[in-house]
Amino acid sequence: MSKEPVAVVGIGQTKHVAARRDVSIAGLVREAARRALDDAELTWADVDAVVIGKAPDFFEGVMMPELYLADALGAVGKPMLRVHTAGSVGGSTALVAAGLVAARVHGTVLTLAFEKQSESNAMWGLSLPVPFQQPLLAGAGGFFAPHVRAYMRRSGAPDTVGSLVAYKDRRNALKNPYAHLHEHDITLEKVQASPMLWDPIRYSETCPSSDGACAMVLTDRAGAARAPRPPAWMLGGAMRSEPTLFAGKDAVSPQAGKDCAADVYRQAGIGDPRRDIDAVEMYVPFSWYEPMWLENLGFADEGEGWKLTEAGVTELDGELPVNMSGGVLSTNPIGASGMIRFAEAALQVRGQAGEHQVERAHRVLGHAYGGGSQFFSMWLVGDRPPES
Amino acid sequence: MTREETPGVRDIAVVAFAQTDVLRTTDELSEVEMLMPVLHSVLDRTGLKTADIGFTCSGSCDYLAGRAFSFTLALDGVGAWPPISESHVETDGAWALYEAWTKLLTGDADTALVYSYGKSSPGSLRDVLTRQLDPYYVAPLWPDSVALAALQAQALIDAGEADESALASIGTRSRRVATLNSHAQLRGTVAQGDYAVRPLRTGDCPPVGDGAAAVILAAGERARELCSRPAWIRGIDHRVEAHSLGVRDLTDSPSTRLAAERAGAFERPVDTAELHAPFSAQEIVLRKALRLDDSVRVNLSGGALAANPMMAAGLIRIGEAAARIHRGESDRALAHATSGPCLQQNLVAVLEGDAR
Repeated sequence: MSKEPVAVVGIGQTKHVAARRDVSIAGLVREAARRALDDAELTWADVDAVVIGKAPDFFEGVMMPELYLADALGAVGKPMLRVHTAGSVGGSTALVAAGLVAARVHGTVLTLAFEKQSESNAMWGLSLPVPFQQPLLAGAGGFFAPHVRAYMRRSGAPDTVGSLVAYKDRRNALKNPYAHLHEHDITLEKVQASPMLWDPIRYSETCPSSDGACAMVLTDRAGAARAPRPPAWMLGGAMRSEPTLFAGKDAVSPQAGKDCAADVYRQAGIGDPRRDIDAVEMYVPFSWYEPMWLENLGFADEGEGWKLTEAGVTELDGELPVNMSGGVLSTNPIGASGMIRFAEAALQVRGQAGEHQVERAHRVLGHAYGGGSQFFSMWLVGDRPPES
Repeated sequence: MTREETPGVRDIAVVAFAQTDVLRTTDELSEVEMLMPVLHSVLDRTGLKTADIGFTCSGSCDYLAGRAFSFTLALDGVGAWPPISESHVETDGAWALYEAWTKLLTGDADTALVYSYGKSSPGSLRDVLTRQLDPYYVAPLWPDSVALAALQAQALIDAGEADESALASIGTRSRRVATLNSHAQLRGTVAQGDYAVRPLRTGDCPPVGDGAAAVILAAGERARELCSRPAWIRGIDHRVEAHSLGVRDLTDSPSTRLAAERAGAFERPVDTAELHAPFSAQEIVLRKALRLDDSVRVNLSGGALAANPMMAAGLIRIGEAAARIHRGESDRALAHATSGPCLQQNLVAVLEGDAR
């Protein structure tokens, strides 16, 4: 049996900021959805179904907010599906939406992810109370810092690599009008001099808390043929999960991430990701995760990822640009962050990325992860439709 | 959408179903502990192991447990090692089943494990459910789930479509037939009780309880290998309505009718229906939308008025309908799930056994 090819024909984002006090949650998501429909030159009536995702409902204090958002997203009378897979949710949501098109259940699907962190306190939302789990009362940074330490020890990476990533991503963000942090006076020295939060993670090597939404219009081959602008074609997509905590887990390079990437590469016919993939939007909430994920995703051998970063390979004008948009380090509406990675990958292969467009972006990987490096979702998009 | 609409698509069936007893409290059990026996049970029915499953999808809601990322721990019960292909919906497991169904349709997997669970006992459910209302204009008023259902019941009475005795008979019938369902929470004779919120008496309202359910789906020949009489999903669709109660006709359920049409429910009569109607008046609304007459056996399990574990009750409706087909007690069954206040979001599945 064959799957329907899936095309991205519309992309919309809000300008991500610390607090969008001028709009409700409904106003925020509608803004992104409207922009995605405008990009595709479609109307609400052209949408067959809506697939929406966000990270925990506790971040805004609204239980199952999709119910309240049905009107704002033009979903009344349509199927509306809500996805939640922790930090990977933006990617998973896009994949579930793509599945509806691939299965030929629907022709055109609007998918959207959001977070309005200013309405609550993510640090609280991420600090699980006893007795349900061991206390992690330090937010995500407290959880991930030991894994970064383990990576540094294992790979022998010098402690300067993390700041290089942050400096690069924040400079890239200056070229992205939707990015949250626009630090015009950023220097490497400023990153290195920023306070230590969770050793070895410095303040400037962490992601901000953002309000924002991202939306995409996904459609089938017929829909793509009608699209006013070049579509991005999905060449492969996969999700993988593993338990958060168990003795056999490699927290530095989780097996679920490796398996997920391998599945995407198999679907897309990628033999050597370093050679066959032109750029990557990866989920890097703390700077050290760039070299870590470079290895996990097969772009570098184990222990070698930091060398690519240090050599400038991942710069905007490098051989393998990573996080051209500025990444999660510059913009982090948590539930939307994964979908922004997927959408930015699609923007690149459509040639629509503006100032942060890279040359030769024929095949670009979008990557997201969540939980305690437990959930992974990825897609590879290209400027040409899949061959099979 | 129905299978007939798109030629060449694969046949997908429910091949196994398991559920917990639904209990008022399960203080001594974590969600994982509540879930594990159900997962073992549903896998045992097919002889499959976790590693044999192509796709796993679950439904739950953080707000019931009162903590973020509750579902990430439930994954421990699945035994997700080596890593599995997995996803999660923050709603009733019936929607997780829908996602799994689409995954199987693409051919990416041949089997799927779907599970869902909810523990209402850690909090006050009536209060918790107010948090799913419009957060700016409605939720701050704390209108609880029973009060909203009472508005719907009163609208039905005002429209001349029901009276209090008609409502009472629905609760009575549900709990009488539930005597045959060992998993149900309320069984047999239950007093109609005092008014909870007028016109609803306690007997018109669902019991608050904890429970879990799991289903295995399989495609084509794989389904026949795993089950002697698979419950083929002939169509499944879901639709959402406006959130605001003020813009809806609460005596009708157009989303249910539309989902049923798209699922092919009206193409041939069904012999069995499992409706997710937590409040007695909602069964009347759903029967009308689904055009179910007295020839159809409705909620032989006792339905949500006998056991309504949040996030699992919808999946249980599909499981109960499928199990009847597995046992040869039904040839064509309709299963319905709902989410949101006053039947805002509705899913309809049509299941069929092979001709005998």
